[in-house]
This record gives sequence, structure tokens and C-alpha cells, in this order.
Amino acid sequence: MVRMTDVTKVYESSGTVALDGVDLSINEGEFVFLVGPSGSGKTTIMKLITGEIHASSGSITVNDFDMMRIKRRKLPKMRRTLGVIFQDYRLIENMSVYDNVAFAMRVVGASGKEISRRVPYVLELVGLEGREKRLPGELSGGEQQRVAIARALVNSPRMIVADEPTGNLDPVRSLELMLLFEKINEMGTTILVVTHEKELVNAFSKRVITIDGGHVISDGMDGYYSYEIE
Amino acid sequence: MRLSRGGYLIREGFRSITTHSFMSFASVTIIMACLIIMGSVSLLSVNIDALIKDLENQNEIVAFVDDSISDEDEARALESAVAAVENVSSVEFVTRDEAMDNFMSNYDDELMEGIDETVFRHRFIIHLTDIALMAQTKANLEAVTGIAKVKAHIEYANTFVTIRNIVSIVSLVLIVMLVFVSVFIMSNTIKLATFGRREEIAIMKMVGANNGFIRLPFVVEGLVLGMLGGGLAFVAEWGIYELLTGKLMGTLTGSFITVVPFSSVALTVLAFYMGTGILVGVFGGVNAIRNYLKV
Ligand SMILES: Nc1ncnc2c1ncn2[C@@H]1O[C@H](COP(=O)(O)OP(=O)(O)OP(=O)(O)O)[C@@H](O)[C@H]1O
Ligand SMILES: [Mg+2]
Repeated sequence: MVRMTDVTKVYESSGTVALDGVDLSINEGEFVFLVGPSGSGKTTIMKLITGEIHASSGSITVNDFDMMRIKRRKLPKMRRTLGVIFQDYRLIENMSVYDNVAFAMRVVGASGKEISRRVPYVLELVGLEGREKRLPGELSGGEQQRVAIARALVNSPRMIVADEPTGNLDPVRSLELMLLFEKINEMGTTILVVTHEKELVNAFSKRVITIDGGHVISDGMDGYYSYEIE
Repeated sequence: MRLSRGGYLIREGFRSITTHSFMSFASVTIIMACLIIMGSVSLLSVNIDALIKDLENQNEIVAFVDDSISDEDEARALESAVAAVENVSSVEFVTRDEAMDNFMSNYDDELMEGIDETVFRHRFIIHLTDIALMAQTKANLEAVTGIAKVKAHIEYANTFVTIRNIVSIVSLVLIVMLVFVSVFIMSNTIKLATFGRREEIAIMKMVGANNGFIRLPFVVEGLVLGMLGGGLAFVAEWGIYELLTGKLMGTLTGSFITVVPFSSVALTVLAFYMGTGILVGVFGGVNAIRNYLKV
């Protein structure tokens, strides 16, 4: 769940106003696409949700945590309610596929028994069975992306946020990924996906939030990508 | 912390040593090199100090027994009073006969023709604990009843004290400087070694790891690398020391120079190397990743 009220983000270093009075609300169990042109502030919204950066003004609540007032040492607790997927996967290069997923469980203090039961299940869910021992560098882009997804899923987070997860995937793989997200969403997990891909968005009838120049310019349940790519 | 997690963290520490083997090698080598330089300077100063102490000990004080006490046993009885004087470390009684024999053996017999043993007095050969206090001790010895006169080379003593002070100040300054330089070099090496881990740490933070969880493998890693560096430096130092002192003794046989055997300082060197290695490894590692944790 995300509540943003009148959120402004100014990057001090460049003076860029990345977000300007954004109001946005995502309820528990929703599936939402966030679209908009390059530089419109999509990644900025993602980073505000994960607590990587701080808003300049306004109020933000994520999974019941007040992000404007949260203490640095409380961030880990907040982040454990999220599954974050990055465009560039961000896997640990010298860890096997299995360990890349398992360490996310170790982080939260899961027992060895829980880990050895849960990790294979999640790897199978994303279609990576048989790849457990490989290193990320020995996988295709799509496979690496699925490791990142498995890692985001493994702790059964309340919400998954994905910043352009299909950026490096072919259309078929992209569609497969969205179907996987839909499956996860049906199990009760809130999903927020940033994407540029019009066809993909339009293939699903989901809620679409469009942002441009740091403002929300449309928000509808029609599942239509209203922003035209130049 | 749960045991299963502790096991994981320790395994993780070892894993990162082997996966970042080049950087681990670099850190260990730098720690080793710094320790060996510091250790060698310290050992050199220990040896110079021992040498000076040795020379000091050859600088003895002679306390002559009053002429009025000619009886040997009576004179010998003064020994306890002499030994009781502050700063006296050893006392040796020498009878006038022995003193004469000793004297004669150093000179031509003819020259000594007709010299009577009564010319010599009973005496005590005295060594001091601290030669810096020689003048004071000389006065105290003269105050002992039955002691007529005390012969001491106070000017020599003062020279030795000055030399020793200079040596200890110079080596202290040198060691302090080396400690600073070493810590600087070592912490930079460790920073370099952990630079590649930035991304890994950022990822861990994003999945909700708290700082302790991220830091612990680095502590284990620093501990192991520090111990390795300290241990290897000890072995190397031992080898270098034996080699150099062996060469030195070979060329200086029969001279007055003796070196401190490594075995007598081995434990101190080992403790210092291990301690410094571990301290630098652990604090260096934790300090190096401090900035990466702020995400
Ligand atoms: N760390 C930063 N420092 C300064 N300015 C930044 C920083 N990150 C982003 N910006 C600026 O903020 C604006 C919004 O950037 P943001 O990354 O949110 O865009 P985006 O919608 O994710 O774009 P894209 O689709 O290209 O990923 C841009 O003008 C960008 O230049
Ligand atoms: Mg972006």
C-alpha cells in the first residue's frame, strides 16, 4: 500500500524538480502500471517508496510506515515488506542463483530449514529449476531477470515494486513476466510496475498511472496507455 | 543471534576472502609489510638498548674498605650493608690478595717487584640497577661505615644515559610515525579492497538487511586476514632476524657485541603482530564499508 500526498522531490545537486505535487494512492492487492516519458520521475517515485531517497515535502506512507519520519535503523524492517526489482537485476555476481535468492531469506533471519524449503519452490515458480548452481554471469538476460524476481518474491512481501523489469527482455519474455506478476497478484501481493512498453500495458486491463514532468496526468482503470511515445 | 545465522555469517566471511582473493592477498601483504617494518625497527632498538645495558654493566663501581679493617672476615661482613644500599644490583667481595693478583697479572712482574699486598685494600665490586643514579648511589655507599672511598666513572655513566635516551626517543618517534603510516596505508588498501563490494552492500540493504548483518562477514573477514597477516609477518620477521643476526655474529665473532635471541622476544612480537593485524583488519574493514551502509 502506498499513499503519497502533495509529494515534491527536488534533487539538490542539480536543482531538478523531479516530482511536483504528486498525489497517488495504491491499495492493498492492486496491480498498477506506472508509465511516462523518460525523465518524468518514475524512478524517483520508486526510490521514494523504497526509502533510497527522501522527499523534499509532502507525506508518504508505505505499508503503514511513515516514510517522512522513519528512522534509518527502521528502514530494514520497512524494506522487508517490499520486494524490489531493478531494471539492471542487481544480482550478486559471485553468488550462485540459489544463494542470490537464499541470502534474502537469511537477511530476515529465516532458518536453514525454511530456506531449503522455500527457495526451490520460488525458483520453480519463476522457471529456474535446474539453474540453481549457476552464477549470474552464466545466465541469459531473461534468466537473470527471473532470479531478481525470485529474490523479490522469496520473503512473500506485501508489495512488489519493479522498475522497468522488462527493459532487457524480448516481447515474449516480457509477456511471460507480466503473467507471472498477475499470478503473484492473484495470491494477494500488491504490484507496482514501471514500464515504457505500450503494447504490454494495453494487453492487460489494469490500472495505469501516467506521469509527465513530475505531475500525475492521468490515472484510470481502463488499462490504456494514454501517453504517446514520440 | 541464532546459531544457524552465525554459521552462515562465518562461512560468508570466508567465502568473500576466496572470491576476492586478489584483494585479500593485497591486504594481507600490506599488513605484513607494515608489521615487518615496524617490528624490525623495534627489534633494532631493543638490541641497541640491550647492547648499551651490557656496556653499562661493564662500568662497575669499586668501594674500598677502610684501611683500619684489615681482617678479611670483618671486611667481608660489610657486604650486607653495601648490598642494602639503594640501586645496588650486585656486590662482589674482593680481598686485597685477589686484588693484588689481579693487578699484577696485568702488569710486568719486574715493575711490581717489592710491592706488598698491604698497598691494596679489601674492596667490593658493585653493579648498579640504574646507572643514571650513579652519583647519588656513590654518595650513599661512601656513607656506609667501614667504606673509605668509592671509585666511580660518573662521566661515562652520563654518556651512556644520554645515548640510551637518544636511542629510545628516536626509536619511539620512528615507531609512532610508522604506526601512522601503516594504519593509513592499510586502511586505504582495505578501502580499495571493499570498493568492489559497494554494489553488493547496496543490494543487501535493498532486501532489508540491517547493518549488523552486512558488517559481520566483514568483521570475520578482517579478523581472518589480520590474523593471517600478523602470523605471516611473525614467521617472516623470525626468518629475517635469524638470517641477519647469524650473518652479523659470523663477521663479528669474538667481539663484545651480542644480540638478543629471537626466542626471548618471540612471544611479545607475536602478540603485537597478531593484535595489530586483527585490530587493523577488523576496524579497517568495518570503517571501509561505513559509507556504503548509508543507503
Ligand atoms: N540523483 C539525481 N540527481 C539529480 N537529478 C536527478 C537524479 N536522479 C534523477 N534526476 C533527475 O530527475 C528527473 C526524473 O528522473 P527519474 O529518474 O525519476 O526519471 P524516469 O521517469 O525514471 O526516467 P527513465 O524513464 O529515463 O528512467 C530527471 O530530470 C533526472 O535528470
Ligand atoms: Mg527510470
